[in-house]
Amino acid sequence: MLDWLISLWSDPNTRWILLGCMLLGLGSGVIGSFTFLRRESLLGDTLAHAALPGVCIAFMLNEVKSASLFLLGALFAGIAAVLCVSAITRWTKIKSDASMGIVLTFFFGVGTVMLTHIQHSGSGSQSGLDKYLFGQAAAMVTSDVYILMGVSVLLIVAAILLFKEFKLISFDPGFARGIGLPVGILEHTMLILTTVAVAAGIQAVGVVLVAALLITPAAAARYWTDRLPVMLAFAGLFGALSGASGAAISTLGEGIPTGPVTVLVATLLFVLSLLFAPGRGWFSKILRHRNLKSTYAQSAERSALNAAEGGTPK
Amino acid sequence: MNQTSTKNAPLTVNGMTIAYQRKAVVEDVSFTLPEGKLIALIGPNGAGKSTLLKAILGLVPSISGEVSIYGDTYKKMRSRVGYVPQRESVDWDFPTDALDVVMMGRYGHLGWIKRPGRKEKELAMNTLDKVGMADFARRQISQLSGGQQQRVFLARALVQEADLYVMDEPFAGVDAATEKAIIALLSELKQAGKTVLVVHHDLSTVDEYFDHVLLLNKKLIAAGPVNTTFTPELLHETYGGKLAIVSSDGKKALVGE
Repeated sequence: MLDWLISLWSDPNTRWILLGCMLLGLGSGVIGSFTFLRRESLLGDTLAHAALPGVCIAFMLNEVKSASLFLLGALFAGIAAVLCVSAITRWTKIKSDASMGIVLTFFFGVGTVMLTHIQHSGSGSQSGLDKYLFGQAAAMVTSDVYILMGVSVLLIVAAILLFKEFKLISFDPGFARGIGLPVGILEHTMLILTTVAVAAGIQAVGVVLVAALLITPAAAARYWTDRLPVMLAFAGLFGALSGASGAAISTLGEGIPTGPVTVLVATLLFVLSLLFAPGRGWFSKILRHRNLKSTYAQSAERSALNAAEGGTPK
Repeated sequence: MNQTSTKNAPLTVNGMTIAYQRKAVVEDVSFTLPEGKLIALIGPNGAGKSTLLKAILGLVPSISGEVSIYGDTYKKMRSRVGYVPQRESVDWDFPTDALDVVMMGRYGHLGWIKRPGRKEKELAMNTLDKVGMADFARRQISQLSGGQQQRVFLARALVQEADLYVMDEPFAGVDAATEKAIIALLSELKQAGKTVLVVHHDLSTVDEYFDHVLLLNKKLIAAGPVNTTFTPELLHETYGGKLAIVSSDGKKALVGE
């Protein structure tokens, strides 16, 4: 185990990839905490699935595989998807969860058709685009990792600088507007940051599962604390752990895609938090309930004894 | 109400109409609030009370109408208005404590990037103390009772140091202690010359708690001092058949809906 870790670290290429995935997890965990608290977790999934046609179009226009162009394609497709969702909720009576479902599957369907078409064309079979479905961190080159790092730093810096504003629009957007915050602009900023996180993450984790990096670490982190800054730190930590271990395990070879492994680790952390976190965790709750019960039983017993002896309960 | 002092009245609404999907919820409402009074906005369910408040604060769009606050637009006068939304409007399981929520009332004064410091914390603590919540400052907000949550919301508005307060059903579902605390606070605000507009449901306490009333049922039925406007006839007009006036022991009790 230790040997394996050392050998991972000693290979400079793997080291870069590990670091990149770790930072991606960190940034996604932090920004995902806000979407989680705003109950917009499904949004990340919509953005991610919508990214697939964007990536395909970027490839078809240029016939080359370029992480920065794919990032742009994913960004535009994500924004288009969000516009579709808000158009549907605005002009019809369909609620946002259903309209996200419609848009998400439609974009993904279009993306899959495009992807199949590319795979069957001459240049496409070597494109490695199929790796974008479930992610292959090992296929990243140094410049991809730089992009990942840049994006993660952007996410974290934005979350720190706009912490107070993001907190308020997550807790009480009506009040935020009342005190003069530009809530619309802030909401769009958060949306774009989420889109960037998703778009940057798809190469490593894949369009199908990248949303898990936004949702699961945040949900796990909520169990450990009642303070938002601490929650952000935990979510970042869980995201980083998931990203890094996903990358590490998938580099073992045998073509294990990174996304599923990352998600499995994130989910494991979530289940552990759910069960063992002090305070909000399941065991802690059971224990507290049992203590309460026994204290109550004891005091009831005592007063019953007192009553039997004819004395007044003290 | 006071047509003479419309120039710099705390709040003047002129011809406000609000509609959701072509259906008018509030129709052609105009009024002026007198300064330094406690004013109740009453009317049956679905009369558009909350909607009217939200439209005044620009939280929902209006089809037509003008709002002037201390003689200027709401945008310019925003810092002089403190808003207490309905308690149910937020998720109380949010990871934060009472003190932190109160400090949010200072964010408008703080500006971008800057974090609340010792001064804000002190101010928030004092205000929590004022509403009898000092002992709960560090309590996670979901661990507070409904009344305590309402008092935290009030404290958050107070800490804004506004001149006009707008409260959406602060008395809804609160315990007796909180009701008392709110009343004490309202009269304190009045002493300090502030104007408070409150959406209110309990008709039996109107003449005890408030100076003025606005009677709303889609349209503004009447507006004026409690002793001349809060009459059975006008109430009947506001509530239609939904109002029962029960008389017992020579005391008048009003039951809305």
